[in-house]
Order: sequence, then structure tokens, then C-alpha cells
Amino acid sequence: MATATQREIAEPANIGWEQRKRKLLPYAYLSPTLLLLAALTVVPIMTVFLYSLVDNVIVNPNPPNFVGLENYEEVLTNRKFRGALSNTMYFAIVSVVAHFIIGLSFALLLNSRLLSANVKAVFRVIYILPWVFTASIIAILWRLLLNPHGVVNFVLLELGLVPELLEWLSDRKLALNAVTFINIWSGYPFYLVSFLAGLQGIPDDLYESGRVDGGNAWQLFLHITLPQLKPIIISLALLDFIWTIHQFTLIWMTTGGGPLRSTEVLSTYTYKAAFSSHEYSIASTIAMVILAICTFVAIFYVRSQRMADE
Amino acid sequence: MIGSRRQILIRKILVWIALILGACFAGLPVLWMVSSSFKSNLEIFAYPPALIDYSFSFEAYQAVLSDPGQLRFFFNSYLVAILVTICTVVTSILAGYSFSRYDFRFKKVLNLIIIGVQSVPPITLMIPYFGLIVWLGIYNSYAALVLTYMVFTLSYAIIMMTGYFNTLPRDLDEAVMIDGGGSFVTLWRILVPISLPGIVAVGVYTFMLAWNEFLFALTLTRTNDMRTVPIGIHLLMGQHSFEWNQMLALSVLGSLPVLILFLLFQRYFIAGMSAGSVKG
Repeated sequence: MATATQREIAEPANIGWEQRKRKLLPYAYLSPTLLLLAALTVVPIMTVFLYSLVDNVIVNPNPPNFVGLENYEEVLTNRKFRGALSNTMYFAIVSVVAHFIIGLSFALLLNSRLLSANVKAVFRVIYILPWVFTASIIAILWRLLLNPHGVVNFVLLELGLVPELLEWLSDRKLALNAVTFINIWSGYPFYLVSFLAGLQGIPDDLYESGRVDGGNAWQLFLHITLPQLKPIIISLALLDFIWTIHQFTLIWMTTGGGPLRSTEVLSTYTYKAAFSSHEYSIASTIAMVILAICTFVAIFYVRSQRMADE
Repeated sequence: MIGSRRQILIRKILVWIALILGACFAGLPVLWMVSSSFKSNLEIFAYPPALIDYSFSFEAYQAVLSDPGQLRFFFNSYLVAILVTICTVVTSILAGYSFSRYDFRFKKVLNLIIIGVQSVPPITLMIPYFGLIVWLGIYNSYAALVLTYMVFTLSYAIIMMTGYFNTLPRDLDEAVMIDGGGSFVTLWRILVPISLPGIVAVGVYTFMLAWNEFLFALTLTRTNDMRTVPIGIHLLMGQHSFEWNQMLALSVLGSLPVLILFLLFQRYFIAGMSAGSVKG
């Protein structure tokens, strides 16, 4: 440190300029990114926060009044909000758990030594297929399949698994599970791919020494595979949880939050508050609550990433 | 010996049964959508369902492809996705270079912010975006979509690009620097050409994210000539809820670009998918 300062004093001024330029250079390369993020992330988040602290923004011609945390009080005690919150949590937690189970099972299956490389390649493509489709197309696809006169009801009825044709997406008791199932179908490939990469990273001699110690397949899975995949599992689950809370399109296009708000999640609730009821302050407040939930989960995600780095 | 051979055979059969059941779970819904898009509208909900004995026709595809309004959705989607991809790739190369090759004071914080952006809910940004985009005078324009899409494509792209540059030895660019090349020359002449696989991965993944976007396209465009394919499907569902075969044909056509990219660049896709969550 001391030598650097001495040199700076001793050298002519243009070296100082060069050094300053070198110091600023990384920021120059980052400037398009920083500009965009400042304009389209930082400023908007501050705007939403401000909106959530006043009454009647945008639509009301009167200047808005500062109301402090009144909007938060109103939102958090609202029954509709609580319903949407519990639906969101159910939707997200069930999705994450099912994604994990299906993704890992398929990855283990595709990693089996009993299959040839070509077979694996073909089935890998089939298994990743749901991920290729965008949410609005997945919504159409499942509205087709789950239609009361659709093929799912036909098969279940023929097999005697259901007593009558079910209204999967418009029955209050079934709809939340139906949309959760659709989300499970569309989201597991992300886990599958990550687990496939993770499984290939586990050294073979770990299993060999496990076998020498007399472990059976289940014990090997429990004591070698799972612990080795743990960092991937944690970051996948956290990221997926955040993404599932973000989910809007799938629910908007299958049930629109209905019937009778039985599939209303926080994102559809916010959208309706903003664009149907034009209660922008309330919508902003809900949006801030969603942001808070996601940020809370993201802190753990960033921590898990840091640990993976070290 | 024979016992163990039989055991292996039994295991093999079990694995195949599981494999095929899994393939049905993943593939049959897609197959049903594709086959239904070739049916007439009456046959789609025929009871019992028509498995193969239906009048195979391209009628729905003809209807979609001869409708200038629906072709416009495709044009918009391609244009926006390509613009987003170009802008994201260029911006993320510059940012990735900075993160990978320089040490600077706010590096950690900025890196953290970029990872953190992934967790910001689109629905939270949507409310202020509406006002901001109107204020900027770009409501209902391509610029509105390109700028807002970049918020969520950029974060992945930078993480992926930084990761890729980190795998390249620093000696490479230092040699050029000593030869008198500036840092930009080093990036452009040396790093970019050898990073092509990484750049393709970023590009393909970005295109897909942009092609699939729904919420911003729904709120930031107003007229049908600015709508993208996902919104087009949404509109078709609202307007003629009985034209199922057309909706499905539009869905199949709308999936093709990503499907083709996926089949061509599988490896890169997979790199893209895991970059967000797991660092290699």
C-alpha cells in the first residue's frame, strides 16, 4: 500500500490519469447494465414503495395523501389477500416438492447403467419437452386435456377412477390442485437437467467404496447421492420457490384466479387490483409484500450460491 | 450366475417400464395437442375421443397462416425476441468482461444486485412500468417490450457470460495487452471469438425467455398490431373460444421456434438452464 502511494507521488501526472482511467474502466463496461437496472429496477421499486404509502395514485385527480402503513394494514387484514397468500404458498410448496421428486426420479432413471447412450438421449429429449412450451401454450394444452369432455376425464372414467365427468378447472374444490398439477408438469425439467449434471459430477469411487462397505442401492442413494446433490437441491428449490411465486400467466390463462377466488394467487390478485379495480395503491402494497417474500427467500439463495463458490 | 443374470433382466424390465411411464407423463399431453390441431373443431371433444380415426386436415393451419392479423403476432414475436437477444448479448459481454477481468470497489455489491434482480417479481415492476413507459412515450411500441424484457434476460446472461469468461485463462488477454492492445481490443479480438459457445448459449436462452414473455406484453401493448404470439393465443381464447383447432395450430406454430432451437442447441439450452441456479 505504502509503496503504491509513494510511486504515485513520484510519477508524472499522466500516470495518475492512466490509473484513474483503469479504475473507471470496469464501470464503463458495466454502464449499459447499470443504467438499465437503475431505470427499470431500482427506480420502479422505489416508485411502488411510494405508491404503497399514499392513497389513490394515478387515477385520482387530487394529489395523493401520505397514509403511512395504512395500506399495509388494510391489505394484511383483508380476507381476500389472506386467501391469495395461502393459495400461493400451497401452489408454491407443493410444486417445489413435486418438482424435486419427479426431477430426481427421472434423472436417476436416465442415469441408469442399464440403458444405452442412445436410449438415454432420446428419452432425455422427451422428458425435457414440457419445458419447451411457453406458459400460455401450456395453459391451452391443459385446458384441452382437462376439459369436462376432454381426454383425461374419458380415461379416468373408463378406468373407473372417477364416478362422473369432473370440472377440473371450474370446480372450486379441484381447481387449485389442477393448476398446481399443471405447474408441476411444466416445471420439473429444470430440476431434471440440473440433477443430471449433478449426478455426473459424483465420482464413481464414492459408490465403489460404499459398495465395499456393504451398502445396498437405497443406502448408497441416501448416504452418497443425496448429500452430494445437496447444494444443487437447495439452490434449485429456493429459485423454483421464487419463480413459482412469480407465476402469473399459467393461472391467468387457465382459471383467471377463479372459480370464486379458489385459485387466486398473489400475482393475479395484484393484477386485478391494478387493472380491473384501478386501486393502484392497494396493488402496489400487495406487490411490495410479494417482493418482500421473494427477497427473503432470495437472501437464502444468494447465501447458498456463496457457499457453492467457496 | 444365472440368478444374477435373471436379476439384471428383471431390473432392466422395471427400468424400461418406469422409463415409458415417464415418457407418457411428459410426452402424451404434447402429442395430444399436436394431433388435435389436425382435427376438425367438432372432433376435438368427440366422445369417445378420436385417437386416430379422425379426418386429418391442415384446415386450422391454413386459417392461421392466411390471417394477416395472426401472422403479425409472429412477426412481432420474432422481431422483439431477436432485438432483445442482440441487445442482451452485447450488454452481457461487456458486463461479464468487467466482472471476470477487473477488480473494483463495488464489484461484490453489483454482482449481488444482478443475482438479486432474478428474484424481483415481474408483477411488482409492472405497476410502475405502466406509468414509466407511458411517460417515456413508448407505450404500445417495440421499444417498450425490448427494454422491459432485458431486465430479466440480462441478469441470467451476465451470470452465464461471467462464468464463461472465468473459465478462460487470463494469460490470453494479458499477452495482447502487453502487445499494446487496449482492453476493448482484447475483448473484441481475443475473448469474443473463443467465447462463441458461451455467447450462443446466452443468445439461445435469451431468445427463449423473450419469445415466451407474457405479462409485460399484455400490459405494455394495446393494439393488435403490436401483440406477440402468447398474447395472440390469449386473445384467440377470449374472442372465439370455440375455435379450438385454430388455437392449437397457433400454439404448435408458436412452439416451433423454441423447439427447433432446443433440438439444435440442446447442450447450450441445458447450460442456460443450469446457469441461473447452479454454478459449474
